[in-house]
Amino acid sequence: MIEAPDLSLAALAPLLFVFGAACVGVLIEAFWPRDSRHPVQVAVALVGTLGGLVCTLLLAGRGEVTAAGALAVDGAALFLQATIAGLGALALLLFAERALDPARSAFVTSAAVPAGSPRDRELATSERVQTEVYPLATFAIGGMMLFVASNDLLIMFVALEVLSLPLYLISGLARRRRLLSQEAAVKYFLLGAFASAFFLYGLALVYGATGSVRLRDIREANLAEGTDLLLVLGLALLVVGLLFKASVAPFHTWTPDVYQGAPTPVTAFMAACTKVAAFGAILRLLYVAFGTAEWTWRPLIYGVAIVSMVVGAVLGLTQTDLKRMLAYSSIAHAGFLLTGVLGLGAGGEGSGLAATMFYLLAYGITTIGVFAVLTLVRDGDGEASHLSQWAGLAARSPLTAAVMGLFLLALAGIPLTAGFTGKFAVFRAAIEQGAWPLVLVALLASAVAAFFYLRVIVLMYFSPPAADGPTVGVPGLPTTIVLAVTATATLALGVLPGSVLDLAERAAKFVG
Amino acid sequence: MSETLPAEGLLGWSWLLIALPLAGAAVLLLGGRRTDRWGHLLGTATVVASFVVGLLCTFQLAGLDEKSVSVDLFTFISSGDLDIRAGLLYDPLSAAFVLLITGVGSLIHIYSIGYMAHDDGRRRFFAYLNLFVAAMLLLVLGNSFVALYVGWEGVGLASYLLIAFWYTRPAAATAAKKAFIMNRVGDVGLALAIFLMFAQLGTTDYAGVFGEIGTVAGGTVTAIGLLLLLGACGKSGQFPLQAWLPDAMEGPTPVSALIHAATMVTAGVYLIARCSPIYDETPTARTVVLAVGALTLLIGAIAGCAYDDIKKVLAYSTVSQIGYMFLAVGLGPAGYVAGLAHLYAHGFFKAGLFLGAGSVMHAMNDQVDMRRYGGLWKKMPITFATFGLGYLALIGIWPLAGAFTKDAIIEAALDRHDTFGYLLAGIAVLGAGLTAFYMTRLMLMTFFGRPRWEDGVHPHESPVVMTLPMIVLAVGSVASGFLLVSAFPLSDWMAPVFGEPEEAAHVIAPATVLLIVTVVSLLGIALAWLFVGRREIPVTAPVRVSPVTRAARNALYADTVNESLFMRPGQWLTRALVFVDNRGVDGAVNGLAATLGGSSSRLGRAQTGFVRSYALGMLGGAVLVAGALLAVTAG
Repeated sequence: MIEAPDLSLAALAPLLFVFGAACVGVLIEAFWPRDSRHPVQVAVALVGTLGGLVCTLLLAGRGEVTAAGALAVDGAALFLQATIAGLGALALLLFAERALDPARSAFVTSAAVPAGSPRDRELATSERVQTEVYPLATFAIGGMMLFVASNDLLIMFVALEVLSLPLYLISGLARRRRLLSQEAAVKYFLLGAFASAFFLYGLALVYGATGSVRLRDIREANLAEGTDLLLVLGLALLVVGLLFKASVAPFHTWTPDVYQGAPTPVTAFMAACTKVAAFGAILRLLYVAFGTAEWTWRPLIYGVAIVSMVVGAVLGLTQTDLKRMLAYSSIAHAGFLLTGVLGLGAGGEGSGLAATMFYLLAYGITTIGVFAVLTLVRDGDGEASHLSQWAGLAARSPLTAAVMGLFLLALAGIPLTAGFTGKFAVFRAAIEQGAWPLVLVALLASAVAAFFYLRVIVLMYFSPPAADGPTVGVPGLPTTIVLAVTATATLALGVLPGSVLDLAERAAKFVG
Repeated sequence: MSETLPAEGLLGWSWLLIALPLAGAAVLLLGGRRTDRWGHLLGTATVVASFVVGLLCTFQLAGLDEKSVSVDLFTFISSGDLDIRAGLLYDPLSAAFVLLITGVGSLIHIYSIGYMAHDDGRRRFFAYLNLFVAAMLLLVLGNSFVALYVGWEGVGLASYLLIAFWYTRPAAATAAKKAFIMNRVGDVGLALAIFLMFAQLGTTDYAGVFGEIGTVAGGTVTAIGLLLLLGACGKSGQFPLQAWLPDAMEGPTPVSALIHAATMVTAGVYLIARCSPIYDETPTARTVVLAVGALTLLIGAIAGCAYDDIKKVLAYSTVSQIGYMFLAVGLGPAGYVAGLAHLYAHGFFKAGLFLGAGSVMHAMNDQVDMRRYGGLWKKMPITFATFGLGYLALIGIWPLAGAFTKDAIIEAALDRHDTFGYLLAGIAVLGAGLTAFYMTRLMLMTFFGRPRWEDGVHPHESPVVMTLPMIVLAVGSVASGFLLVSAFPLSDWMAPVFGEPEEAAHVIAPATVLLIVTVVSLLGIALAWLFVGRREIPVTAPVRVSPVTRAARNALYADTVNESLFMRPGQWLTRALVFVDNRGVDGAVNGLAATLGGSSSRLGRAQTGFVRSYALGMLGGAVLVAGALLAVTAG
């Protein structure tokens, strides 16, 4: 007979809220009349994510292991869950925007209709909207929140799949440039499956070496027997799986293609939330399961951080598509985040965890903001994402250009923006752990990357407007909220970061 | 220094002195065109209100036993050992300056209402003037060198903005730039002096610095004194940084009167007087102050003899008169009060002279060439009378202001009882003769003789809003000397700052000094009449002149010296740096950029778009990761 594991329902409340909302969403999809389904779906998804956010805030200060040791509800998990829920809610608002696209939605009406067929052309101009994206995204958010709290490799794997599968799907649901979107979805799926296989194989090897999938048991096995070959190999494969999700070079190759092809609200969602989830898992795996064997993986992370920063910064230089440019930016930022991971130091004593969590929050907010601006600037064929189309935008729409400028400055890490505070925090943490050569590389990479952010600002402000330039749409309420919140937060976290840094500091604890 | 007490009562509100004109400037600058109609009235009102506050504060201060109060405002910077609190110090010295700045400032604001009535930029003008008054008050009221520095830079900025007020005139723009850059040279000195104090004493408060200055090594104190002097020379147009002040006359005349005659240019004198505890410790620095003062006094007076531009003559006169003040404060305890009394009297008569010159220019369609004036006394009686009183006060005819204050300086120099002192007194007397010469020349060319006006010029007396301030200043020019030296001695008022006045044994009786100076001045007047008054004045300056005149016309080649010593080498250095920058630095940067761009394109080719190659890349990465981990573990 199998005994039911002990479950602390209170500690699981955030997850229950989000998954509950996702299940309700599926039921609504099945039973609610189509005409009024959209607002209800949006409301349910928002209630779920915001409810989850509130629950994590209420749980603040807890530190316990529950569900028979499978879940760790600690400061770090709660902070990251709150970040994911908050950013997820912002992304859902972008999903719900109906004022920008002439056909009232960024998502294809019927994904099963072949692209370019007569039926597709007919549907392209209809105002029918797709509502399956809301439960799908809510499931992904739930998966991410589970991912950062999992204290067990199997749960981690399940969470990885729960967060990934809906992402593969919604990446392919763009209303415009459908083939590009579908290609992106297939690529993401194939490579994601490949990465999952690595993770799963790594899991098996670790289980073989230690006889357990619990992070704490792995840590103890590590201590007891020293580090054997099987365990190290397992760690390598687990890390590969996670670095893929975090789009760290050399496992970044999917990022530009998928970021470009996916509908922009989905790109915003992936760029912000997936990054948070992946780094949450990386931190937990490395420090909870392998924290005592830091010396084995430290040089590796050091190396991939450098590769990621350099690849992201250098390849970003020659991009002509804004979404691809932001993809390379996200690769570079993954490298910066890894410096924060190293800043945690042996035994997790350093300030790296708090710094990385703050960076994730700041980066996520700015990223959602920047993609939200991208959805505003449109030409006849959807978003105008080619760089040349942004020339002279400031003359046509000063406010849009100013907000975009703010986000780009934040991504470049210019002081008085959230990006600077985040970078400063992770670099300081890394220097405290003696990783100053890495920080030096990071600073150089930041300088190189600043070029492509500033180039957009130069284009917007100092170039004559293109003759057949794009139009700047008037956003509806959801996008307006997103822009207002992200711009305000980007500034606030740059000017007065004290309280949030303090919160991250207090939350920076792992149990397990 | 006497004990400093926290401020109570009205003195606690003395920050209003600065806040009022600052708010005025903010409203006028931010309000834009909406404030065009009443902006000048607001600008004037804030300064007059400041004057009233200053008056009340000073009355309260006079009634206190300890005549030194501090007002704590806020913590400016607090970081580790560095703790800079912003605060004000209201003592007799700053009170005297507050009254001068706000009093003369109010008069000049009122005058400007008339003077700038037809200028499109009137609001901007009053905004900058307000900004200047606020910065100048901060300069004299701050209780630390950092506050002084903020005010110091503030007046520099206001001065720059106002010299270039008519920025479409290339001459004005160039003059403003020149003033700003030459002031920068001085400001570096002041900044270094403050750094040095902080490095040595760990504080920049007056109380802290002056209390501990005795513990600092002598050489360092001298260095601080000399660096402060450099700052003072820049701001006050003293040798070798005097060349900007005459050029600054490109600004509107009220600006010349307020900033470049009565107040800002005397900031250097204030600085040295305020730092008397430092200069008391270092005779070397004091000797340099004396030398600078004496030299500038002569340079200014000689250059003043040769110019035909009425404002330039007055500007060189200012340079020369501030030279007197430097000479006085360089004399140490005996001279501080004499210098400040002269500063005060000079504030009245020079501001009055400039306003008179402005009134004349107003009547002559902005003509500044005195060769185009003549015979104006009949047309402009009030201007003539007030200007004449200012003239008599400046050249030191008893019983007008200059006679008292200038003689006090000469007496103080004589009281040194050494050769250097007698030499300085001699120079000062010679300067008085030259002053009489160039000022008489100015009077003769402007108000007497045959009219040499250009066609279409119809001189007329200025409106009452302009003549009224001139009359008030003329009264000050007449009375201030007697009041400050004999009736209500400034030395008594300043006693808490500089100590009780000592009655020195005079080598030469004050009456004799007065007699000598008067005789020399009359000699100067007579010479001027011989050279200028007797003859017909040509409307174009004669070209064939003696080398002395030519040298004087070129201000003793100050610009040439500056250009060959500093400007040309500076330009060469700049060109060399530009060359290095273009070829070396830019080459490296562009090369790096090209390399990065090239590698970006090459690396970008790996992004083929094929899933198979992506997967292969991932596999390669995974192999590397596993290999690296194994290598670390095995190694």
